[in-house]
Amino acid sequence: MELAGLLTYFIFFLTVAGIYAVLSLGLNVQWGFTGQINIGVAAFFAIGAYSSAIVTTEASPFHLGGFELPFLLGILAAMFASGFLAFLVGLVTLKLRGDYLAIASIGIAEIIRLFLKNEGWLTNGVRGIPAIPKPLSGLTESGDALLFLLVILAFVFVIYMALERLYQSPWVRVLRAIRVNEDAVQAAGKNVLRFRLEAFVLGSVIMGVGGGLYAHFTTFISPSAFDPMFGTFLVWVMLIAGGSGNNKGALLGAVIIWGVWSGTEIFTSRLPEMWVTRASAIRIFLVGALLEFILIFRPQGLLPEKPPKTPGTARSEKSGVSPAAGRADT
Amino acid sequence: MSLLQVDDIYGGYGNADILHGVSMHIEPQEIVSIIGPNGAGKSTVMKAVFGLLKVRQGRILFNNKDITRRRPDQIVHLGICYVPQEFNVFPSLTVHENLEMGAFIRKDSYSEQLDHVYELFPPLKDKRGQSAGHLSGGQRQMVAIGRALMLNPSLLLLDEPSAGLSPLFIEQIFERVLEINKSGVGILMVEQNAKQALSFSHRGYILSMGGNRFEDSAENLLNNREVAEMFLGG
Amino acid sequence: MDWGCFVIEFLQVIIYGIVLGCIISLGAIGVSLIFGILRFAHFAHGDMMSLGAYFGLVGVVSLQLPMYAVFPLAMGATALVAAALDRSIYRWLRSSTPIIMLISSVGAALMLRSAIQVVWGPDNKIYEAGIKLPYIFYGLRIKPDQLNIIFGTAVLVVLLHLFLHKTRMGKAMRALSDNMDLAQVTGINTERVIFWTWMIAAAMAAAGGIFLGIDTRLNPIMGWRILLPVFAAAIAGGIGNLYGAVLGGLLIGIVQELSTMVISPAYKPAVAFAIMVLMLVFRPTGILGGKE
Repeated sequence: MELAGLLTYFIFFLTVAGIYAVLSLGLNVQWGFTGQINIGVAAFFAIGAYSSAIVTTEASPFHLGGFELPFLLGILAAMFASGFLAFLVGLVTLKLRGDYLAIASIGIAEIIRLFLKNEGWLTNGVRGIPAIPKPLSGLTESGDALLFLLVILAFVFVIYMALERLYQSPWVRVLRAIRVNEDAVQAAGKNVLRFRLEAFVLGSVIMGVGGGLYAHFTTFISPSAFDPMFGTFLVWVMLIAGGSGNNKGALLGAVIIWGVWSGTEIFTSRLPEMWVTRASAIRIFLVGALLEFILIFRPQGLLPEKPPKTPGTARSEKSGVSPAAGRADT
Repeated sequence: MSLLQVDDIYGGYGNADILHGVSMHIEPQEIVSIIGPNGAGKSTVMKAVFGLLKVRQGRILFNNKDITRRRPDQIVHLGICYVPQEFNVFPSLTVHENLEMGAFIRKDSYSEQLDHVYELFPPLKDKRGQSAGHLSGGQRQMVAIGRALMLNPSLLLLDEPSAGLSPLFIEQIFERVLEINKSGVGILMVEQNAKQALSFSHRGYILSMGGNRFEDSAENLLNNREVAEMFLGG
Repeated sequence: MDWGCFVIEFLQVIIYGIVLGCIISLGAIGVSLIFGILRFAHFAHGDMMSLGAYFGLVGVVSLQLPMYAVFPLAMGATALVAAALDRSIYRWLRSSTPIIMLISSVGAALMLRSAIQVVWGPDNKIYEAGIKLPYIFYGLRIKPDQLNIIFGTAVLVVLLHLFLHKTRMGKAMRALSDNMDLAQVTGINTERVIFWTWMIAAAMAAAGGIFLGIDTRLNPIMGWRILLPVFAAAIAGGIGNLYGAVLGGLLIGIVQELSTMVISPAYKPAVAFAIMVLMLVFRPTGILGGKE
């Protein structure tokens, strides 16, 4: 019994870590590759989740729905919706300097949050969308959770492999060059804005996938699930801890930080009674402290960025060795 | 004893050296000009003296005290002040406030020094309440030099004080520099207007490719045909 | 609706906008000061406002002090926290890029907010129970608290102006904001000036936080929620420009309140966002001009 419980917990743990890994890989395209600061990850996560939920659920008087499309089309809808949002947002904000993009992105996250909360006809407001179908459920007697974990891992694997391939491509080389020295790329006749927009949209599409997976995992979503702590900051800590610019780092960071986060629960559950209600705040404090610790002592993360070695870029690599320390203010 | 002595220094901004063994000395109350082609490392020597870049090898003595690798804020306390070539005033501060900032580290009263600076640069007195950013180039240069004088330094480092000024202003600025020197301040100056600078300097150094090329009295340098052909524009 | 009523309502909304604008301004001043000198967007500024508000709560409720005594106390305490934050975190990142500083300030925001939650709990709190009757002038209602907010902000802005223009440290702060390298070359102890900048910015934020608490309620997320309008105000006013920050704050506050006459009040933050993006796209130097 004990063992079965542990196994259940382990499956749950890996499933959530897998969803975070997807978000973290998405952020890696934006921040790690290109140096874009998106502090509104939660917005794209939420849009993905809601889109997939709306197109796959049965008809309901409380929210838009009744399309009952299959799971994979739901994920496709999630990708499309978050990508489209990123495209619109990117058109307006990507011309701006890096820190302005950061500020703009919290604005977008706030507006999306308000939208999901207030447009009840679409989202059922704060009461959320229940009964989101879980793929492959009911096929076996008690293996639903395990099967779903496999689905998640398959997504993580495919996205990871695709990004690893992409990382070797000239496209990412240009993105990295934009990060280090935007003017030089501009001078070389490249359309910087277009590359940035593509990177921003791609990263957001991946975050949308994460949202879709999350919706089908929990089968119930409401605006409170996408608060900035879980939707944005934890993802940032994961990527920075794992290693900005390194896809493996994004994966490792997701698992380790989700482990740390879960681990702090064990710690806070031992606190005296009066502190238990404040446990989650203590955990958030610790995550913040961990982020500062990493930024000060190991800004390159556990697995530092390893740029592919190509003869043409050998010289420019030198200036961008450490993704964090060498990052140009875009 | 030299006021400043630079012994065979090597150094630069990153890993690559710009200075490959530069040596020079300035005696008290001397005006010394550094001239040479673009990229010779003229300004770099000055920045090295003032602790603004890494000196990898060699040493710098000021009044026989080793100041190699000291930070600018420490060097200022010893009596060396530096006027950068560009961005050398605080544009949103008034002229008066700029001069006050020059005396920021002084604990004693500096009103006498302030009067002295206004005497030296009379146009500043009328503009004391104006933002330095709204002044003409020449007046801005006066503010910059005045700011550096507020600490009553024994050595003043001037990085191209005539850059971007009209001939009339250049003459004015050089006249002031001479006067400052007469009041007992040693001056080390980087200049593009080589002939004009040498005409009122005591000595000069000609740098090229990050190393010493010639050094002599200003008079001899001006009369040296090789120097004239290569570095003074014929 | 007839015209008389409309004008009254319009002016009434403007008054609310000015009150909100004052609160936003006090935050924006700090954001602007910090950006001017350290060149990074300080994302923990909203949470510093919250912290100030909660320190105010200690003064009002636990120590039973009158409001005029609460202000200096809460502002001082918040300033000390900001100084400690700089010493323990930001200072170590000074040589890295502004972007890394920005991310670390997001971490600091988390820490401040959760610390507030740990100490004071997650629930809404208020300074004083009970309703005060508003004054009425020609049909316009204004509460004593609102008058105090406007008056208090004016006093603080004048004091800050005097500090920046009449004191050595204030002038040095302006000098650093103009040109950090030149300040260093001049011999100004830049670390000390930066220390003072944090203290002043945090004290202003604390006052803004207390006003926000008086105007609405206290909760741990109040500062994070107002961060967007604060940034929008700093940008609209021209970042690094103190008077711009005040004007920007008033602009954002008034437009946010006016927007409620047309669109759902739920979308007020979207208005701040829209103004900010418009400013960034069409006039990135702000109303009064600022730094790049």
